Amino acid sequence: MSENKRKIIPIGPYHPLQEEPEFFKLYVDGETVVDIEIEIGYNHRGIEQISTTKHYDQITFSVERICGICSTSHPFAYVNAVEDLLGIDVPLRAKYIRSIIGELERLHSHLLWLGLAGHFIGYNTVWMWSWKYRESVCDILEVITGNRQHYSMFKIGGVRKDIPKDLIPQVEKMCDELIPALDMFKGAIMDDPVIHARLKGVGVLTKEDAISFCVVGPTARASGINIDVRKDEPYAAYGLVEFNVPVLENGDVFDKTVIRVLEMYESIKIIKQCLEALKKEPEGNIEVKVDFIPKGEGIGRHEAPRGEVFHYIRSDGSNRPVRHKIRAPSYMNVTSNKVAAVGQSISDAAITLAAVDPCYCCTERTVVVDIENKKVVYTWNDLIKLSQQKTEKIKKSL
Amino acid sequence: MKEDIIPQVKEKLGNKILDFFEKNKRRYYIEVDKKDIVECAKILFDDLGFRFQTAAGVDCEQNFEILYHFSYDKTGQIVSLRVKLNKEKPEIESLTKVFKAAEWIEREMWELLGINFIGHPNLKHLLLSDDWPEGNFPLREK
Repeated sequence: MSENKRKIIPIGPYHPLQEEPEFFKLYVDGETVVDIEIEIGYNHRGIEQISTTKHYDQITFSVERICGICSTSHPFAYVNAVEDLLGIDVPLRAKYIRSIIGELERLHSHLLWLGLAGHFIGYNTVWMWSWKYRESVCDILEVITGNRQHYSMFKIGGVRKDIPKDLIPQVEKMCDELIPALDMFKGAIMDDPVIHARLKGVGVLTKEDAISFCVVGPTARASGINIDVRKDEPYAAYGLVEFNVPVLENGDVFDKTVIRVLEMYESIKIIKQCLEALKKEPEGNIEVKVDFIPKGEGIGRHEAPRGEVFHYIRSDGSNRPVRHKIRAPSYMNVTSNKVAAVGQSISDAAITLAAVDPCYCCTERTVVVDIENKKVVYTWNDLIKLSQQKTEKIKKSL
Repeated sequence: MKEDIIPQVKEKLGNKILDFFEKNKRRYYIEVDKKDIVECAKILFDDLGFRFQTAAGVDCEQNFEILYHFSYDKTGQIVSLRVKLNKEKPEIESLTKVFKAAEWIEREMWELLGINFIGHPNLKHLLLSDDWPEGNFPLREK
């Protein structure tokens, strides 16, 4: 097929809800994706540049606004970077609180992903249930921090707010109630032959490609790469608690889904151990005072729900950094779609692109344009319908 | 304690090391010459099994600096390779032939700092729009 007769499916780039707008151009031959072009930059706000105009304490708030879903990941990595530069250690109580906030965030982020993944393949019940349980996590975050998102809990040298003793039973109750729900989701995925048929072998990222694209987080761990910053370089309270890092081998959408469900169990385990430890620690000791940032460089990382967040900070001894480099996990993961989506059918494209957990809202506005006739062939809704129809077909054939 | 990788890094990089700085037991900054960068990246990535994290371009007063951050996940150590480029004609070999992950970050440094990456397969705008005025680099100090 000649170059100008290939059809392009543009996915993206804009929607008012989206947090990371991306623009995928899928080149298709009939039903098969033969090439993919990824364009980003629609929401480039120049935060690295903005950081050089703010003082160190303000940056914890500005980096929190990089991402609406994993809003605590960036301040977490940022304070790690500044504390690496300073060479200080934070009080034990602050460490536990930091880990609790980080894991609560992982819970709500994974539940959000699970719901959307369900919707994409035509399991709207999973979507509704998953988001129902996500509410309870967001409510607990609001109780602890005052906000459902953008918790503003982190500061250089510690945390801004304590978790008082009388709140602990409430958090524990939420964790206990979430476990049966996770069991239900796990059963729904593991025991359903339709989901096996629909997701296994779809959007495979091989281990070799995963290494070359340097992917991180659940995307890497589903391809058999055992990396997790929480284990590899324990920070906050992650060195003080027991937990496992699930690793799977196949690299398909099924494994990426299972990994996220298994990780939620581990998050609950971590939160419960941290809460136990908080009961023993004296209240109030949540920060060390930092009033001067010397000249130097610092690197901080945090295992966000989507993978490793990386912050590099360089100080010249003034109250503002001279360079602040930020690398979010999707920056590494999204490029891997170049191999994962090619060779798939269009009905698998939506779930494959979604499986690395970029922001979904960006894919809400899709049209297929026939280049020859300049005619709209598919809309994004049609694409989701295609994906859901495929599931229906599998259901009937089983 | 898992085995420290740094002695091996030192041995393999050998006389390519211009400056070695140990910030602490987990953070190492190694300065190398720009002509050695592909070879050094290959040693870390292919031979020793480091993972490429990202690169940070910095506009210093005298020159441009690029820090290529690599992590060794078995021990949690990070080695940052530092190269210095002159301001008149900032250019360096692309690392895209060593690992695909370098593609986006090199495009980003190209458009934001005006550093040319020799051998990059697809050097075009990533974050900025395609009609961004030529010769205008937002991250350069005025």
